[in-house]
Amino acid sequence: MVTDQSPKSILPLVLSGVVARARKKHLLGPVDLTIGKRGVTIVMGSNGAGKTTLLRVMHGLQRIKAGSVDWAVDESVARRKQAYVFQSPIMMRRRVIDSIAFPLFLNGVAKRSAHKQAEDWAIRVGLAHVLQVWAPMISGGEKQKPALARALIYQPEILFLDEPCANLNGRSTREIEDILTKAVMAGTRIVMATHNIGQARRLANDVVFVCGGKILETTAADVFFDQPKTPEALAFINGEIVE
Amino acid sequence: MDSIFTGLMDALVLILTLDKDLVEIVFLSLRVTVTAVAIAAMIGLPLGAWLVVNRFRFRRITISVLNALMGLPPVVVGLFVYLMLSRSGPFGVFGLLFTPTAMIIAQVIIVMPLIASISHQTIRDLWAEYHDLLISLNASRAQRIKVLLWDGRRALITAVLAGFGRAIGEVGAIMIVGGNIDHSTRVLTTSIALETSKGNFAFAMGLGLILIGLAIAVNLTIHTISKTERASTW
Repeated sequence: MVTDQSPKSILPLVLSGVVARARKKHLLGPVDLTIGKRGVTIVMGSNGAGKTTLLRVMHGLQRIKAGSVDWAVDESVARRKQAYVFQSPIMMRRRVIDSIAFPLFLNGVAKRSAHKQAEDWAIRVGLAHVLQVWAPMISGGEKQKPALARALIYQPEILFLDEPCANLNGRSTREIEDILTKAVMAGTRIVMATHNIGQARRLANDVVFVCGGKILETTAADVFFDQPKTPEALAFINGEIVE
Repeated sequence: MDSIFTGLMDALVLILTLDKDLVEIVFLSLRVTVTAVAIAAMIGLPLGAWLVVNRFRFRRITISVLNALMGLPPVVVGLFVYLMLSRSGPFGVFGLLFTPTAMIIAQVIIVMPLIASISHQTIRDLWAEYHDLLISLNASRAQRIKVLLWDGRRALITAVLAGFGRAIGEVGAIMIVGGNIDHSTRVLTTSIALETSKGNFAFAMGLGLILIGLAIAVNLTIHTISKTERASTW
């Protein structure tokens, strides 16, 4: 595992004055944010608040109009140590085992070794029984797991997750949270978007609260849930509709 | 109606007795078309994928032109290849005119745009699905093309089979550049044209049925090998 003791940690990640737009529509910003070396950051906010855009900006999937996104190391190095799990899992038209091993294939790892690691990860995320099944055919509750294993298999230093449990029921959610907790213990930095307050309470070390494309709060989790500073955050925690 | 029936009987006799001339014609037809489609696929499939993952200035025009070329008139292609390969043409020294090679060249030109265009459309849909993942994983351009071609392979078979269908039934171009020479460049379609003009409708009909049968057999074989109809989602 890559840990923060690694001499060339890609963190902290610093966003300053970042603005993102798409087709003249304002999506995000300007935002300033620093992602430190440890823990779990939960990005909270209602639909359309800018959670996904914020994650995509950090990961480099979304172009920015202004500001800067700086890693502690060169961007080309940093790109190789990040992983991203999308809200709707991308099911490759391959067997589960090949789908999980895919990043290793891209990096030229030999097939046998890649398959062995994929098997290992499949067991960890509870997919051992569907290894040879075509990935798009596994059941809905399991679809996020190959994506998660695929993200973790190349041992990223930071893992972005965009509402990985959005369409899942209790049990699948718990299984995914277990996998994430283990990854954190192994030293993986996690930044995850969710609007599930229960999940945020269970996982978060600190919370970034997004509303209307702006970051309204960046605080430690216990402070955020007990004493939110902004009325929007208070309303959100109380389950009211925030727009 | 009568000629269809006698044609059927004639065809049956020719097939059952494995008529030497017929077998020769059938094999040449297959050799020319399969070679041409294989070459066209080797160019067209990567080209289709390349057009999907690359953004460049004349991309839209290139794709439109490629789509238009799907309907390229074979006779014109035949004429063009004829001029290129004739004694006085730029490639005249190779002495390729009226050989199976000339027929293959003409068919590659006819079929390649078709394969590239259909595969481009297929791969575009897959790219929409895979885009974020491949960008997120830092896949290089070459890797993106390779992944899209591999994961889209079942749908791409359709593109190749469409190319095969166009090539096996094509007569205009190969008549011009091949010359329909007995035991040398005579294939099923040129024979049918010849027999029809000779008034041998029954025999022509028989050859036609064999041609259709051949096309169906090749399609069935490919579909069986690739299991396309079993996993219906792709």
